[in-house]
Amino acid sequence: MKKRKFWFFCLLIIAVSLIVLGLFDGEFKTVWQKASTICLECIGIG
Amino acid sequence: MRKTERKRRLFQILAAFGFNLDFPSLARGEISQAKSKGICVPVLNCYSCPAAIGACPIGALQNALSSLRFNLEAGQKKLGFYVIGSLGLIGLAAGRLPCSWLCPFGLLQELIYKIPLPKIQIPQKATYLRYLVLLSLVILLPLLLVDALGFGAPWFCKWLCPAGTLEAGVLLALLNPGIRSQLGFLFAWKLSILIIFLLWMAVSERPFCRTICPLGTILGFFNRVSVFRMTVNLNNCILCDACQRTCPVNIKIYKNPDSSQCIRCLKCETVCPTSCVAHGWWIKERESDQPETI
Repeated sequence: MKKRKFWFFCLLIIAVSLIVLGLFDGEFKTVWQKASTICLECIGIG
Repeated sequence: MRKTERKRRLFQILAAFGFNLDFPSLARGEISQAKSKGICVPVLNCYSCPAAIGACPIGALQNALSSLRFNLEAGQKKLGFYVIGSLGLIGLAAGRLPCSWLCPFGLLQELIYKIPLPKIQIPQKATYLRYLVLLSLVILLPLLLVDALGFGAPWFCKWLCPAGTLEAGVLLALLNPGIRSQLGFLFAWKLSILIIFLLWMAVSERPFCRTICPLGTILGFFNRVSVFRMTVNLNNCILCDACQRTCPVNIKIYKNPDSSQCIRCLKCETVCPTSCVAHGWWIKERESDQPETI
């Protein structure tokens, strides 16, 4: 259980850091832009 | 239907609607422009579904990787950290719990499996295919196979994902004449894959989750560390294998409660005759509360 908690908190710090870094680099907008235009590959046009 | 199953089904239905709430866009046959589409949802729900109000993390990951080389050459810092971090956060909270409680494509598979037909077990070896799909179609090909400008393609979405074909392709083809007129070989290919999976779903339990789904594969890695966890009290376990017989992914929970295949549906907990299988959020537990478990 202690090992689980240790790895959990290590990975949590990494995940939160990555999200914060990504947000500072404007990746939220990048994800939004892609998600709000029709993905031609997803629907099978290519 | 037992209480947990009823509760789970309710969650699945609410989530299917909750992740696809933009009905006006659906009625117009256009995709939603909701600001929430910048957030990665914890399930494989195609963001090109007209009503989707969140981003599919697997689609977002492939897009981040496929534009990585261009971004690096252009001196932009967008390296996909936000998507990778989001995936990590989802996995750390719940592991594969969203697969069985929230995923609309999981719900579809469960409903189709209810069709009374002879059932076929998926061989264990076939379940390893999901690692190959994740590594090749989601990570390596979008990252390495790029055009002259440095852009790759979302290979998984383009060539395989039946969820995208159903939720986005088929829906948009039905609702939008402009899109319908452009469909060709790729759509026929993807539609064939969708039909194969729909037929497979009728005879095997959750074939997509078990053999292909890259999101489930990623979240499965986190089953070992997630806050939500399964425990088995080995002192009470009589090795009757009732858990395996009811398990949609055919695992023996007492061998490894943190199995990367376990989708946390809690069916094993419900059927266990000695009540030795349990679940919980370890953040609430104290060390002294722990029985002898694995």
